[in-house]
Amino acid sequence: MDAILLQILNGLDKGSAYALIALGLTLIFGTLGVVNFAHGALFMIGAFCAVTLSKILNASYEVIDETKADFLGNPLKVKLTYVESWFGPETGAAIIDWAVPLAILFSIPIMIAIGFIMERGLIKHFYKRPHADQILVTFGLAIVLQEVIKAIYGANPIPTGAPAVFRGSFDFGVLLGYEANAIIYPYWRMVYFAFSALIIGGVFAFLQFTTFGMVVRAGMADRETVELLGINIDRRFTIMFGVAAAVAGLAGVMYAPINSPNYHMGMDFLVLSFVVVVVGGMGSLPGAVLAGFMLGILESFASMNEVKNIFPGIDQIIIYLVAIIIILTRPRGLMGRKGVMED
Amino acid sequence: MSNSKFTRRGLLKTSTLAGAGLALPTIFTGASAHAFTNDPTGGSVTLGFNVPQTGPYADEGADELRAYELAVEHLNGGGDGGMMNTFSSKALDGTGILGKKVEYVTGDTQTKSDAARASAKSMIEKDGAIMITGGSSSGVAVAVQGLCQEAGVIFMAGLTHSNDTTGKDKKANGFRHFFNGYMSGAALAPVLESLYGKDRNAYHLTADYTWGWTQEESIKASTEALGWNTVNAVRTPLAATDFSSYIAPVLNSGADVLVLNHYGGNMVNSLTNAVQFGLRDKQVNGKNFEIVVPLYSRLMAKGAGENVKGIHGSTNWHWSLQDEASKAFVKSFGTKYGFPPSQAAHTVYCQTLLYADAVTRAGSFAPCAVAEALEGFEFDGLGNGATLYRAEDHQCFKDVLVVRGKENPTSEFDLLEVVEVTPAAQVTYPADHPMFAGGSLGSCNNGA
Repeated sequence: MDAILLQILNGLDKGSAYALIALGLTLIFGTLGVVNFAHGALFMIGAFCAVTLSKILNASYEVIDETKADFLGNPLKVKLTYVESWFGPETGAAIIDWAVPLAILFSIPIMIAIGFIMERGLIKHFYKRPHADQILVTFGLAIVLQEVIKAIYGANPIPTGAPAVFRGSFDFGVLLGYEANAIIYPYWRMVYFAFSALIIGGVFAFLQFTTFGMVVRAGMADRETVELLGINIDRRFTIMFGVAAAVAGLAGVMYAPINSPNYHMGMDFLVLSFVVVVVGGMGSLPGAVLAGFMLGILESFASMNEVKNIFPGIDQIIIYLVAIIIILTRPRGLMGRKGVMED
Repeated sequence: MSNSKFTRRGLLKTSTLAGAGLALPTIFTGASAHAFTNDPTGGSVTLGFNVPQTGPYADEGADELRAYELAVEHLNGGGDGGMMNTFSSKALDGTGILGKKVEYVTGDTQTKSDAARASAKSMIEKDGAIMITGGSSSGVAVAVQGLCQEAGVIFMAGLTHSNDTTGKDKKANGFRHFFNGYMSGAALAPVLESLYGKDRNAYHLTADYTWGWTQEESIKASTEALGWNTVNAVRTPLAATDFSSYIAPVLNSGADVLVLNHYGGNMVNSLTNAVQFGLRDKQVNGKNFEIVVPLYSRLMAKGAGENVKGIHGSTNWHWSLQDEASKAFVKSFGTKYGFPPSQAAHTVYCQTLLYADAVTRAGSFAPCAVAEALEGFEFDGLGNGATLYRAEDHQCFKDVLVVRGKENPTSEFDLLEVVEVTPAAQVTYPADHPMFAGGSLGSCNNGA
């Protein structure tokens, strides 16, 4: 039982990332009808927003320490950060320590701007083209973006830690009456799950309870009628592209302490997130969230030794296996609208 | 009136043709006796540096390229000479190789076997590379080594740690300076015993490909010989990025040591995840829980950040070594590039010098002559102490370093500290050791 609880917890944070990326993907598909294969790259850029802010906060000047030598035997150049010299060692260190949460604010305008430029500059020219063309151009864009990041930051992962207060793990086992160490779970992953729930709730509330959201939902359901009412739905959809980019970016920012960001992380998530969208139903926001968590948890269960001993290699194919079964039995996905992507 | 048709011009033509005709069989005979692939005929010789310039190991590839460029500079008489000054063999004199200026071409392996073979093939066939060297993965090394064997050129492997490279996949034209999984296990075991004792339960997470399998086998054999029990060995997909679902069951398994048979991005992520799950702060079976990373790389340690602190592993070489050769190489590399070299840079620099030296001693670029000069070659002064290039499997036998993630680094390069230099004798194994069985060198191939 403790092993099952443990894998459910593991699946939740993995599912959180899938759900956030898939939410943006399906939002773009539902509004603009574009299959955006560059969405994983937006997740990656979000993570690098955290890296960038961390590097900015760690910007330093050099002081020669005559008492120590560098690797060539010359006097050691000691780096002192501007932040610590401006705000004092304690406050400065605290600001640097909280780089990732601070990067949330830093990333939102950047991600919205990138989303806006991406949509206006490139993707809008492909609205009337077949899905295959859209996939090709957005996939190409994703490769360009990741190569740009690699050119700037290199190919190696860059460690970006969570604030010290969130390092370490919580022993759920003791709380639930199991032995110590039976169910442990890192604090930051709990934060990530809570943050994802907040963002998902925020997006749904925005679409459900604001006039803007109502118009967007109406446009998703019947674009022509909304346009006949004199509403510039294209402008709103462009804004939604920016929102989707920001959601992917935020997912990336908060993911940075979980796994050190590298230029390829977007691609690692993209394919799985696309499968999540298909399983959830193309264009269905609740479907994307449901499928994200469901596949995240299933993937965790498939990694259990007990399962792998019976079905070797199942952890590598489980998501695709489920996708095949869903597509065969319910082509529109779990919560997809009838007629969407069924032909 | 003479009707003679002999003229001076006609005589010259006839004699030239006759001479050529008579000499023809000799040219062919001579050619078949000495010809080999890409025999350098001009004033220069071309080496092929096949490294990952794109993909996940691009940073290691870039460091390898820097070291290759430095080696070429030194071979051609430029710079301060680096380890050429400390190398025990004094055959190299800074005039290139056998008087020919050293030039090079580069290829991008992308850390993919097919791409690596394609770029090596192109360098051999189009650019006339006489020797191929490089790589940052065992899968790539094995693939390119096979190609070089077929093409008849020497392959000087770069960073490849799988037992198979000089085990079941060894080739007569291939040579490895880097250490291997068996050596890591043999070097680490005594240190692990002194640190953690004989009564331990180990849990292995292993990258699911050739290098991971052989490393797991090696570490298991070494630690079980100490008396450790292997609780479980779980294979993880090479493409995995989040290892939480593999790490979460570890504490529940009764294990008190986690061995991460991962490299590159896998190592960075699995170690980061293990530390996040608080494994290092836990006590199991009344003992502190420990993590071991058998193959360390400074570039990868940088990616894992603070998580490497106090974690033990092994490495082929480290820039902080204080022998004259290491100091000379660090000075030379550091002055040129502004930071110390990685172990990948060190091994490829050594390989380039060793190849050039072997050609010079053999007096020929012919692969079989070079291979003969390398086989059984004993040398020193390249940063690893006294070293033997064993004839039976073309593997270098030298000291292996056991390192630990440094608690208080003084710079971004100062991430590992050497805790033990394990003597070569302790990591040497018989050529017919079962872990290396299943292949043979075959015959050296000079190509056409």
